[in-house]
Amino acid sequence: MSQSYNRGTVEDFGRWREFSAGMWAWIFHKFTGWVLVGYLFTHIAVLSTSLGGAELYTNTLQGLEALLVVRFLEVGLLAVAVFHILNGIRLLMVDLGVGLEAQDKSFYASLVLTGAIVVASIPTFLGGPLA
Amino acid sequence: MSTQIEQQETETEADEAESEQAVESPGDQRRAAKRQRQAERDVQREAEEASLDDEETVELKVFRYDPEVEGKQEPRFDDFTVPFHKGMTVLDALIYARDRYDSSLTFRHSCRQAVCGSDALFVNGRQRLGCKTQLSDLDDPIRIEPLPHQEVVKDLVVDMEHFYDQMEAVEPYFDADELPEDSLEEQRQTRENREKVKMSTRCIWCGACMSSCNIAAGDNEYLGPAAINKAYRFAMDEREGENRKQERLRIIEQEHGVWRCQTQFSCTEVCPKDIPLTEHIQELKREAVKNNLKFW
Repeated sequence: MSQSYNRGTVEDFGRWREFSAGMWAWIFHKFTGWVLVGYLFTHIAVLSTSLGGAELYTNTLQGLEALLVVRFLEVGLLAVAVFHILNGIRLLMVDLGVGLEAQDKSFYASLVLTGAIVVASIPTFLGGPLA
Repeated sequence: MSTQIEQQETETEADEAESEQAVESPGDQRRAAKRQRQAERDVQREAEEASLDDEETVELKVFRYDPEVEGKQEPRFDDFTVPFHKGMTVLDALIYARDRYDSSLTFRHSCRQAVCGSDALFVNGRQRLGCKTQLSDLDDPIRIEPLPHQEVVKDLVVDMEHFYDQMEAVEPYFDADELPEDSLEEQRQTRENREKVKMSTRCIWCGACMSSCNIAAGDNEYLGPAAINKAYRFAMDEREGENRKQERLRIIEQEHGVWRCQTQFSCTEVCPKDIPLTEHIQELKREAVKNNLKFW
């Protein structure tokens, strides 16, 4: 609502510490959604190198995989995607009116599950030799 | 303690000088009596404050703002030390602070039993009903602010006009398609139907949900949880009939109706009457979809 003066901390964004589960879920869902949209562009860019021939495509991918940063970014991408999927299922349940009392628990569950899957994926992403 | 402005001092001194020379008029006598009462009050207050030393107390930090008084236009916090006794609520503490320390401290309250919905406040970072919040449940110092996302009129009083407008927008009154032939005949509701709308009827129009809602804060046209809950209460009432229900759905399924809700559950969490607001909004969303989705 419009304001004629500064009410200070009452309407401060610094109040994020007071957010509850539903609010965090919403923020993370927005954030991961935007990250995934951003990733789609790089995804398309990398895939379109195949238009320049098989060798160029292979070289591009190998070049990317040789970078440690890319390996870490892949882990991050997995984390973002898994959370977005799990929370998406949670939101689907909320939309269907299933288990609304447990919405905070399902948020924590999706966080824990995301963490577990990401940890389990680390050997796959970071394990291979950096050629 | 309080930031009440001292303005009487100089006047009183001038009065004193005059009254010494002149014959005592009734006005002088009145002023003398007033000064005496003032002095007595000061002594009393000092004694009270001293007596608080060995008592259990709570520290209040209260938001103050008064656009009409120069020197109070800058929003600030006042500290009040209030004696604590078992069962004391935030509203009790505020009333104590207003009655004993600073009579200019302004806040709404009426029934003191979570029915009138006047005293929704922002206490320790959360929308709560002052009369329903026990001091013992809160961490010291207790920070009391007016409801966020509403214009402050003075101190803890916010402008509720917009909230009421949104509530009225959903036509919050029973309006059946067909009335019984005998106008005095009761219009009975089934027990099941009553159970269905039971929680939604508990709304006390305090505005806590609307204040906690992030979407309502950014979108002035959004009906808000309380108004949608009101709409739910009547749209789900089977006695109203199909035509009225269609009209009600038309109001709530607009762009700034139910579809603005992003299920952050803030409203459900702050509602002092424990109304499952998000659940009701979601159910109306499904109603709206069912109403418009046709397969042919």
